Amino acid sequence: MITISQLNVGDSLKEIQLKPVSRIDLIKYAGASGDFNPIHTIDDEAAKAGLPGIIAHGMWTMGNLAKLFTEFYQEGFLKDYSIRFKNMVFLNDVITLQAELKEKAEKQLRFSVLAVNQNGKEVIKGEAVYQLY
Amino acid sequence: MFKDQIGKQSNKVKNTVERGAVKKFAEAIGDLHPIFVDEATGKNSRYQANIAPPTFPRVFEYGVIEGMNLPNKGLIHGEQTFHYVRPLLVGEDVYCFSKVKDYFEKKGNFGEMGFLVLENYGEDAQGNLIFSSTSTIVISEAVRKVLVR
Repeated sequence: MITISQLNVGDSLKEIQLKPVSRIDLIKYAGASGDFNPIHTIDDEAAKAGLPGIIAHGMWTMGNLAKLFTEFYQEGFLKDYSIRFKNMVFLNDVITLQAELKEKAEKQLRFSVLAVNQNGKEVIKGEAVYQLY
Repeated sequence: MFKDQIGKQSNKVKNTVERGAVKKFAEAIGDLHPIFVDEATGKNSRYQANIAPPTFPRVFEYGVIEGMNLPNKGLIHGEQTFHYVRPLLVGEDVYCFSKVKDYFEKKGNFGEMGFLVLENYGEDAQGNLIFSSTSTIVISEAVRKVLVR
């Protein structure tokens, strides 16, 4: 297994492609997070808000993206994680999660992080700083 | 319209990083890693406990900022950040509160948009910071019209 501290600038973490977004995914996230805004789960409410369909919670996508780093928990932790929500995620979208190492200091690794949909459109984008012990 | 709220702060609320809540949350983001859910893995780790996923603080309650009336519809989550001093441990108590950090308005494609920046904090029982997070909420002109008091 590769360790995170072995990465060089320009290297990427192993990307993850999620299963197509389903309604049950979003119902589960609503329950687990307590965010019951109905535009994420109920078609009529999404339509009333002027949306073509229900959309994923931005925080669902952000939560998913963080899992690129989970396996390295023995080496450090996510110190800073910032995201801009750029485009909506709809049902059946296929989201791919990516992280690339941009900068390496002695104890800190700065990554650019990104989630894109099946059309290559960026849905969330940001930065993660991994603090090594 | 939220300018006068800048600097306002909520009361502190005690939250617990509940094992069941962490498991449900990890499952909902498709990350049922043993470090979050398996007791033995937690005990054998450097934390000697399970930890919570970085976006878990979404679950916590942050108290009420007096005079802040946000609608529960029509808001857009624009940006989100998390800052950690250390990971959250399963089972620990976290004292959480919220602050209005900034509010400004900008002309955009959909008219004049309001940007509300809320900062959340989580501290241990001694008042040491564990994490902070900021949420930038975008409020459209249509929603702001309804809100005008």
